Amino acid sequence: MKRAAHILLGLALWAGGALPAGAVNMEAVLSKRPAATLSAYGLFEDGGAQRPAKGVLPYDLITPLFSDYAEKRRFVFVPEGKVASYDGEDIFSFPVGSVLVKTFAYKDESAAAAHGLRLIETRLLIHGEDGWHAYPYVWNEAQSEAVLKVAGARMEIPVPRPDGRILTARYAVPNVNQCKGCHVSGKTLEPIGPKARNLNHDFSYESGPANQLSTWQEAGILTGLPDGGPGAWPRVPDWSDPESGTLAVRARAYLDVNCAHCHKEDGPAKTSGLFLTWQEQDPARWGVHKRPVAAGRGSGGLAFDIVPGDPEASILHYRMNSADPGIMMPELGRSLIHEEGVALIRTWIEQL
Amino acid sequence: MMPRLKMKLFAGLAALSLTLAAFSAGAEAATHALDLSGTEMSAQESLQTALILAEPGDTLLLPEGTFALTDGLSLDIDNVTLKGAGPEKTILSFKNQEAGSEGLMVTSSGVTLEDFAIEDAKGDAIKVMGADGITMRRLRTEWTDGPKETNGAYGLYPVSSKNVLIDNCTAIGASDAGIYVGQSQHIIVKNSRAAFNVAGIEIENSYYADVFGNTAEHNTGGILIFDLPGLPQQGGHSIRVFDNRVVNNDTGNFAPEGNIVGEVPTGTGIMVMANRNVEVFGNEIADNGTTNVLIVAYPNDYEDENYFPFPQGIHVHGNRIGEGGTTPDNEIGELIAQITGTPIPDIIWDGRMPWGDYFFGPEAGNGIYIGENTATDEGGQVDFANVDATMWYAANWFHSTKRELPDHAGGPATLTPVTLAPVTQPQETQ
Repeated sequence: MKRAAHILLGLALWAGGALPAGAVNMEAVLSKRPAATLSAYGLFEDGGAQRPAKGVLPYDLITPLFSDYAEKRRFVFVPEGKVASYDGEDIFSFPVGSVLVKTFAYKDESAAAAHGLRLIETRLLIHGEDGWHAYPYVWNEAQSEAVLKVAGARMEIPVPRPDGRILTARYAVPNVNQCKGCHVSGKTLEPIGPKARNLNHDFSYESGPANQLSTWQEAGILTGLPDGGPGAWPRVPDWSDPESGTLAVRARAYLDVNCAHCHKEDGPAKTSGLFLTWQEQDPARWGVHKRPVAAGRGSGGLAFDIVPGDPEASILHYRMNSADPGIMMPELGRSLIHEEGVALIRTWIEQL
Repeated sequence: MMPRLKMKLFAGLAALSLTLAAFSAGAEAATHALDLSGTEMSAQESLQTALILAEPGDTLLLPEGTFALTDGLSLDIDNVTLKGAGPEKTILSFKNQEAGSEGLMVTSSGVTLEDFAIEDAKGDAIKVMGADGITMRRLRTEWTDGPKETNGAYGLYPVSSKNVLIDNCTAIGASDAGIYVGQSQHIIVKNSRAAFNVAGIEIENSYYADVFGNTAEHNTGGILIFDLPGLPQQGGHSIRVFDNRVVNNDTGNFAPEGNIVGEVPTGTGIMVMANRNVEVFGNEIADNGTTNVLIVAYPNDYEDENYFPFPQGIHVHGNRIGEGGTTPDNEIGELIAQITGTPIPDIIWDGRMPWGDYFFGPEAGNGIYIGENTATDEGGQVDFANVDATMWYAANWFHSTKRELPDHAGGPATLTPVTLAPVTQPQETQ
């Protein structure tokens, strides 16, 4: 039903171009080589306005990864006639040809771009025949096209804060290896965000608010959703909304999304012995009185990852509260300190 | 004022297209001489693009010169060789690094890195994660301002890898270990030099390692064989440390606190902690101010029921040992000196073992075996002490330092030389 609405919307808004109206270019999606430009995939009716093509659904996450205060626009595409399978714990099993799209942008009232947003980059996770691939596309000044940058890029972006300060992000577009740095699970590349627990809330669709998982099912791109409705499906709290959960669960949700893609059993940071997944139950494994292993100066002269009641003595807090490449965690994806995230973890450790 | 956006991209699409064209010649293994002059793209983008677009089997040649990098580099293609003009001729400088926890990160298998230097990385110099087959030859990793707490942790840092060869490398100034192999298996570290690091060479939570022909000097501790709790791979064993020069380790400990090597006393020659079947032989060990050889249990509290904190089956023989123990450092050195007097004996064992072993002796093969070692200082002799740290802490009244060599049942296991398997696994495509 919702998908039909999008199809109609897409047709109505189609403004012309090399591709047929609002169709995702499956040849580009399934090609061994990435396209040189984002538009070649046909994922957007209007990329500059972030208006998706037919069959491309916008979504968001309850608790997102911090990325230098960038705003994000996410979209999911599952090829016509195929469907992703539900998983209560891990990432959904997406069929070959699926694409996850994430655009990073900053508010910019002076920009000609629509919605007062300056688009920086759009990252694609494409599920090819031989697994997932990650490609970063960087938007041009005119906001008319984004081009592939396999080696990444770096740019300076002013980031106004609510208290009037203007911070400068040394924003880094990741190179394709860095994409893998976070998205690797074992030896293979995987999406991180679209897990049931992080999708299970209402999204403001053009047709009105609706639960994302229900919408995906109705749109025919997700199957296997258990009975019982949203209340019966797993859900993480919104880290920033005290109404949505206790301090402890919000802190663990934040760490899960921001850290656990590496700090998990088969993640790149497994050798640290620190596991920050949502499911981890053993306090010693999520950091309580756990000694650093190869932290170097990342230890900050502190003996333990978490000292209950004492954030200043906790390496976890120290590394989140740094922007020095030799100290900070996460290693990638930010040049600024997430002040609100640090405050959350600080308060949590104080009350442990 | 409205916030205005400044976009500074490294280079335009045109430059990228050129590079793509240069690399799309075919799937045959090829040698690419890289242009890092910065005329078309910055050295950063040229090198990183080449590392991404390389095909398995390719050789990437780095030119002679010093090249300033701003971000960590990474390689994720199997069987690539990255080769410079020599460790003093091709220098990748990370003095102005803005991001990345390593200078160079390798996450693929069968890679060879040779003949270049990584200087002043903000974090580790070269990290290799999860590789089956990694060769590092004639590399130099260095922090050029000398020992400083703000230096990166590790110089050469293979971890969670198999079939690791480190040959003829130099590691200087790391605030943790110059050469560090962690949670790995089948390892050879040879003919290398580690100086002015906290730990010169450290093998941690690893199986089957040969460490030989190296020089470890002017570090805090020369060669450390450690095992730590709470890690995916632990129970380190089957390690031979032989024919090394471990001398003049006299640099004050500059590791940031919290790290286990921060507890190593200045002037430690060879240190074995909580491993099984370690053979230390044929080394020249001298002028290490706390002690020339130190064998200990893991000293800290831990929560890990699978962890075994005591050294077992340690064999120290045939070494040439000179002066040492004259300037004991930190609380460990001072504690030993309190028990043994100064100078501290050449070979120290903390004497800690499970309570059952303490009273009934370790099982055959699990003891500490000190064979013949030769004194090289004039009129000197190689002396030993079991400082009986267990009783020192538990029941000081019963404490007794033992100067005679332990007479543990059985003998040490015979360790066989490490051989590295050639990489034969099929190429995984990504």
